[in-house]
Amino acid sequence: MENMGLLFALCGAALSAAMAGVGSAIGVGIAGRAASGVVTEDPNQFSKVLVLQLLPGTQGIYGLLIAFITLTQIGIMGGSSDVSLTKGLLYLVACLPMAFGGLFSAIAQGKCSVSAIGLVAKKPDQFGKAMIFPAMVETYAILSLLISILSIFGVAGLSI
Amino acid sequence: MAKIPVKRIFICGLKKDRKHVLESIQMEGVVEIIRRDEEDEYLKAMDVMPQKLQFDKNSNVAEQALTVLERYAHEQKGLLDSFEDARELSREDYDRQTAHAEEYLCMADDILKLQKRIDEDREELPKIESRQEALRPWVSFDLPLDPGDTAYTTTFTGTVDREISEQEVLEAIEESAGEAIPAEVSVVSASKEMSCLFIICLKKDRQAVAEALKILDFSAPKSRSSALVPSEELRRLESQRQELLRDMDEKKAAIAAYAARRDDLKFASDYYAMRAEKYSVLAGLPQSGSAFFIEGYVPEALGEALCRRLTERYDVACELMEPGPDEDVPVILRNGVLSEPVEAVVESYSMPGKGEIDPTRITSIFYYIFFGMMLSDAGYGLLLTFGTALILMKVRNMKPGTRKMMKLFFYGGISTIFWGLMFGSFFGNSVNVIATTFFGRPDISLKPLWLDPMSEPMRYLVFAFACGIVHIFTGLAIKLYQCIRQKDYMSAFCDAVLWFMFVGGGIVYLLSMPMITGMMGLSFTVGATPAAIAGAVAVAGCIGVVLTGGRESKNWFKRILKGLYAAYGVTSYLSDILSYSRLLALGLATGVIAQVFNQMGSMLGATWYGALIFILIFMIGHVLNIAINVLGAYVHTNRLQFVEFFGKFYDGGGKSFEPFTEKTRYFKVKEDK
Repeated sequence: MENMGLLFALCGAALSAAMAGVGSAIGVGIAGRAASGVVTEDPNQFSKVLVLQLLPGTQGIYGLLIAFITLTQIGIMGGSSDVSLTKGLLYLVACLPMAFGGLFSAIAQGKCSVSAIGLVAKKPDQFGKAMIFPAMVETYAILSLLISILSIFGVAGLSI
Repeated sequence: MAKIPVKRIFICGLKKDRKHVLESIQMEGVVEIIRRDEEDEYLKAMDVMPQKLQFDKNSNVAEQALTVLERYAHEQKGLLDSFEDARELSREDYDRQTAHAEEYLCMADDILKLQKRIDEDREELPKIESRQEALRPWVSFDLPLDPGDTAYTTTFTGTVDREISEQEVLEAIEESAGEAIPAEVSVVSASKEMSCLFIICLKKDRQAVAEALKILDFSAPKSRSSALVPSEELRRLESQRQELLRDMDEKKAAIAAYAARRDDLKFASDYYAMRAEKYSVLAGLPQSGSAFFIEGYVPEALGEALCRRLTERYDVACELMEPGPDEDVPVILRNGVLSEPVEAVVESYSMPGKGEIDPTRITSIFYYIFFGMMLSDAGYGLLLTFGTALILMKVRNMKPGTRKMMKLFFYGGISTIFWGLMFGSFFGNSVNVIATTFFGRPDISLKPLWLDPMSEPMRYLVFAFACGIVHIFTGLAIKLYQCIRQKDYMSAFCDAVLWFMFVGGGIVYLLSMPMITGMMGLSFTVGATPAAIAGAVAVAGCIGVVLTGGRESKNWFKRILKGLYAAYGVTSYLSDILSYSRLLALGLATGVIAQVFNQMGSMLGATWYGALIFILIFMIGHVLNIAINVLGAYVHTNRLQFVEFFGKFYDGGGKSFEPFTEKTRYFKVKEDK
């Protein structure tokens, strides 16, 4: 039981990778369905709708990023794996913004991408603007990512 | 930073020259023609709708023929061909080909006719096949399906929807009639789904047998009656089917044989599209009994020469005028080599509207910097730079839009190399991983020239915010410049200067707090006196905003309320600045994911298969990472420009210059000079 810290920290890493990944999968999935619909009508729009479909995919990557940083910090990827219980819990909490922010923002962004894909289908020349709407949603995933990164690096520096 | 000056052009000529003048203008492709839809007593527009529709139709026929041709004779295309623009055609070739346009159109018609025949055959096929299917259970039957009556007997042929034996049928007849009836029953074939029956009985018993069969759900054979024996009929159908298939193959081959003339079809498509375009312009031209008038816009630099050429060749009057102050003049952007690619980004937001400057040049500086910071890997930058350079060199004749995009990524790539070296990232930490794993030298690594984002994220974050503040204030400065240029000094002061004071003073004041500087890890704190001054400036700015933010309202109470709301807008400055944290987030994302792949690759250690796996994972992983992060960097750089930067000063709403030209897909005519 002396390694509970490690367990909690790993939970955090797993949550951030899994939840953000699930969010991205849902987001990219619903956007992909809309994109296929557009391409059946107009195959020339493929590259544009593909870009829009991919936009909600970044949360999964951010989740992976947080998970990876946590893994390196707690020594799962090599090095010493001596994590106190407090520190482990702190890592877990540090991962939460990315886990939840990633999950919900990716789903919301996916829905937004669907609308943007509809916009491109009707007005292909408005691609630049269509891209911005889903990108607005992503801001909040980025803020979550930022807080998670800063917290993890901060926790690593603590001596408890 | 330039919008090209545009002049209004006015051309008046005799009707006999109309066709030629229009064609010359279309050839030059430098005039945007204004449509005049109102008519009056003298000036009428010509009704050219029927011609235009005919040309559109012709162009469509050629397009359809091309689609059909592509189905049977696929056009081989190279990897780089998708970047290619329309092929160039000399004026001579063009003139020679126009003579054949009708002939090309006939060819397109032929192709479509062949395709129609194929479609008909294809519809016929399943009909024959279903008849064959229906006949197959009868194949052992040696009479035609409808043998008819003999002198004393009558026959029934048909099916029952279940498996049945001769005995059962006889019993059913007996049961139904109440007595034994002499009848010959033969089961031609029987399966669970269907049994084929042939029954002979005396003519006088016909009614009774028919009744009995009705109870059994007996029905006539599904296939059409034929005078032939089923096996014969089957053979006949089969040969008919083969005939159809052969016919289809022949037709397909006939279509494929046109592959060599694909270019002619393309020419026909272009040619008729061009003529349709001309007629649609013609429809908007006012004409009197013997003269026609063209009004339009032309870039100032080209106007004189165009007028001279037109007046030399034809009896026309041509005049250039300064556009009126309220006119919605079309906009053409012209920028230097470095800024030109960013025009595409500005255009995708909106063209500069009236009184606005072209923001391309300033945008481009920030664009490349931010793009580089987000991608932030020297290796990726190298690949991007060389990749786009290679495409730019290989494909000489590229679509203008694609060329701009390629150049955008080319310069973005160079900036990425710079930032990658600054942050010490070359395919992530690959230098260190390779040295450690395969050469046992963990001491070798690419040292960052400036800072390592992984170990000093806070410093990077502060730098990102600083970039944001510079970016936002630049936007505000442009607003100031634009207001002054339009002599709107009130707006210049209220919407720009006061905000400079409010936000700028506020930031300096914040930096005087040890808590803030400590959190940001800054080595300096603003002293007490400058802090007091900054605070005072910020307060003055704030009061100014409250007083003037609602200055369009006459009512003072309303004005102050609106002013307070305007001052609340300072929160949007805060969120704008925070938004630049994406520079850090995306920069880190690239580096960390690259590290993940490097680490995964190096797990098998310094063996030969370890090296093999490393190379494999390295290649796949980094290609994936580049793709994702180039997309991310592109999208988010655009966002920072569109939302945070343009939001401060740029409304857009101008319309871009769309000259009357030869709008073609496959060929463009090149003037020999």
